[in-house]
Amino acid sequence: MLSRVANSIYWLGRYLERAENYARFIDVNFNLMLDLPPDLKTQWEPLVFATGDHESYSGRYEEYDKKSVIHFLTLDTSNPNSIISSITYARENARIVRENLSKETWEKINELYHFIKKATPRKIWDKEDPRSFFDKIKNQIQLLYGLTESTVARTEGWYWKQLGMYLERADKTSRILDVKYHMLLPTPEEVGSPLDFLHWTALLKSVTGFNTYRRIHGKIQANGVVDFLIFSRRFPRSIYFCLKEAEDCLHMISGSKDNEFHNKAEKAIGALRSKLGFSEVSDIIGIGLHESIDDLQQKINNISDEIQSIFFQINKDYNIQQQQQE
Amino acid sequence: MDLANYQCSGLFDEMFTQNGECRAHYQVFEKLLKKTAPRKLKQLQFSANKTQMSMGMTFNVYDNDQGLEKILHLDIIPRIIPKSEWLQLEAGLKQRVNALNHFIQDIYNEQAILKDGIVPEDLITNSKDFLAPCIGLTPPKGIWCHITGTDLIKDKSGEYFVLEDNLRCPSGVSYMLESREIIKRAFPDILDKTGVMPVSNYPVRLLQMLQNLSNKEKPVVGVLTPGIYNSAYYEHSYLALQMGVELVTGEDLVVQNNKVYMQTTHGYQQIDVIYRRIDDTFLDPNIFNPNSLLGVPGIFEAYKAGNIALANAPGTGVADDKAVYAYVPDIIKYYLNQEPILNNVPTYLCRRPDERQYVLDNIAELVIKETNAAGGYGMLIGPKSTPEEHEKFKKLILSNPNNYIAQPTLSLSTVPTLTENTIECRHVDLRPYILYGEEIDVVPGALTRVALKKGSLVVNSSQGGGSKDTWVLYK
Repeated sequence: MLSRVANSIYWLGRYLERAENYARFIDVNFNLMLDLPPDLKTQWEPLVFATGDHESYSGRYEEYDKKSVIHFLTLDTSNPNSIISSITYARENARIVRENLSKETWEKINELYHFIKKATPRKIWDKEDPRSFFDKIKNQIQLLYGLTESTVARTEGWYWKQLGMYLERADKTSRILDVKYHMLLPTPEEVGSPLDFLHWTALLKSVTGFNTYRRIHGKIQANGVVDFLIFSRRFPRSIYFCLKEAEDCLHMISGSKDNEFHNKAEKAIGALRSKLGFSEVSDIIGIGLHESIDDLQQKINNISDEIQSIFFQINKDYNIQQQQQE
Repeated sequence: MDLANYQCSGLFDEMFTQNGECRAHYQVFEKLLKKTAPRKLKQLQFSANKTQMSMGMTFNVYDNDQGLEKILHLDIIPRIIPKSEWLQLEAGLKQRVNALNHFIQDIYNEQAILKDGIVPEDLITNSKDFLAPCIGLTPPKGIWCHITGTDLIKDKSGEYFVLEDNLRCPSGVSYMLESREIIKRAFPDILDKTGVMPVSNYPVRLLQMLQNLSNKEKPVVGVLTPGIYNSAYYEHSYLALQMGVELVTGEDLVVQNNKVYMQTTHGYQQIDVIYRRIDDTFLDPNIFNPNSLLGVPGIFEAYKAGNIALANAPGTGVADDKAVYAYVPDIIKYYLNQEPILNNVPTYLCRRPDERQYVLDNIAELVIKETNAAGGYGMLIGPKSTPEEHEKFKKLILSNPNNYIAQPTLSLSTVPTLTENTIECRHVDLRPYILYGEEIDVVPGALTRVALKKGSLVVNSSQGGGSKDTWVLYK
């Protein structure tokens, strides 16, 4: 597969997943709003902190109020990670590799793009309850996943898209978990209180993991949720699960066998995945939840950088070579 | 929809005669049209537009940042061509492409036609489309113009005239193919009842034609695009998708030892045939435009060494010059010893003093064109312009006479077209596509472009033109 095409498909996978997860971020708060006692206000600040874009936010917005945060995460075109930016980039990448996509896939991405474009004049962020809008975004992306699942051949392109999707999802699940770190309880004594319980519940619901968690762990409590979202071997949004899938994709692309590596990207992802495979919640809590998550995110970024330089930047090196020879 | 008020006086209408009778080949469609309510037609038109948008069947308009992507309006009323008319057209197009291919081969090699004084030598050698690096070169299988999209119109008499030959990578074929799919959805049964020949195997024929250019058993074929900001990008990716070949950009390709390679995630892979959709002079910065970032350094040497086939061959543009156009009837006689089947529009060359004087004296009646501009730019339609514009063009002609030709204003034929509230006549042209592979092959269909503004003769998409599906009938 052409390097340029692989690059675009990889980012198509990442951007679509990013858009979907931003819709999920915002869901955390809508889930909370329904259940919070009347005297407690919803905190919007943690959502921005969890995305890691708080500096860009504070440069342009006064307060962390509902409308501003929703606008920032959803339709702010100067935020490169907002839903509208992600979908625009996803479609741009899809256009570049259109001849590699099934017709239905392309048409759905294109429709999604036109849908989000129309949301700006409709002032979605001003609405009291814009959940139907976010549901539509999630549903459209899920529909796309379903379509690709049943129409795209399992050739190299498929694995690039899956690789992008799983790496992005691993990162975003870690960030959703991090929202909880930034969400303040009124007093430290409230750990384990009904409010604490509400926070964890909202988190699980936003990743569509509430019922599954209940069945596996039963009681809602911090250790259980951390275990579930980081270490679950079964839940398709847990960080471990995503890394394992991403590693398999890389192996399918390069032809490496399980537990082997032939390049730095495979080495990095294999190392991270096995480290997680032999850790447990107490290891995470020992270092600190937020610190562990930070570390995970950096390692995932590093894997992505390795992929970029091994598979996509052949051309750049060639150009440099050419210049040196002349 | 009631067609009683449809009027197209003084013009040739493809559907109705001057007496208002429906022509035989449109009768099945007329019946359908009569029993379809205007509201329903509007709905069909609306959903056709919507389909185009979601398919991303869009083109980019130059100098227009606002609406970067636009759809080419597809009018749902088709243009229908009966078999007898098509056969004549087909024979004429094959003859023309055959002769032009001989001509290009000749002028880059023996130059017999110039030595015999049939075509003036300076007209060719001074043309900016005459590419010196191609001198002495014979492309694979001797084919230069692999894909041609000839523009034709019909005048008042109902006769076809060739307007332009479009030998350098003509665009629009994706619209021919996708429009058919959309119209099928709008009128599901009617194509069957009318007996319309399918166009859908064009991509297969195109691929076979391209594969024919290599002697390898399984040649690797690619479509070379300038990228997503090109106005025809939709078409490039569409054709690559339909043929199942790679869509490549200049940055994907490298040349080593006179061979062309694609850069893949698993290293270099050789490519054998390129359907290139970038201009001649952008192909290779080593040979042509040194500033080109779109091309591939060294590809021309690889081409000369016979390691890569390019379609269309570099250098074909010289036969597409509007001044050379005037000589095409002579070119046909010279190489094929045949009378031209298709009419040429009478053309005045401003390079000739007597003809130039005629043009200057009669500018208000004539259409003035630059010899090597495309897309309806650099053009003056005398009868539709102001005296100031006439004067401006007179000056332009006098300052550079070689750059201009003039032709009489032709009345393009009309086809009923859906407007806001009713159906009115609008002017159309016709662009069929001719493939030169093992033999010359004309696809039974075409892009019909329609001037959507009332009375307008400019059909170019960049200037308010739309399109129609074109039906060639079995009978």
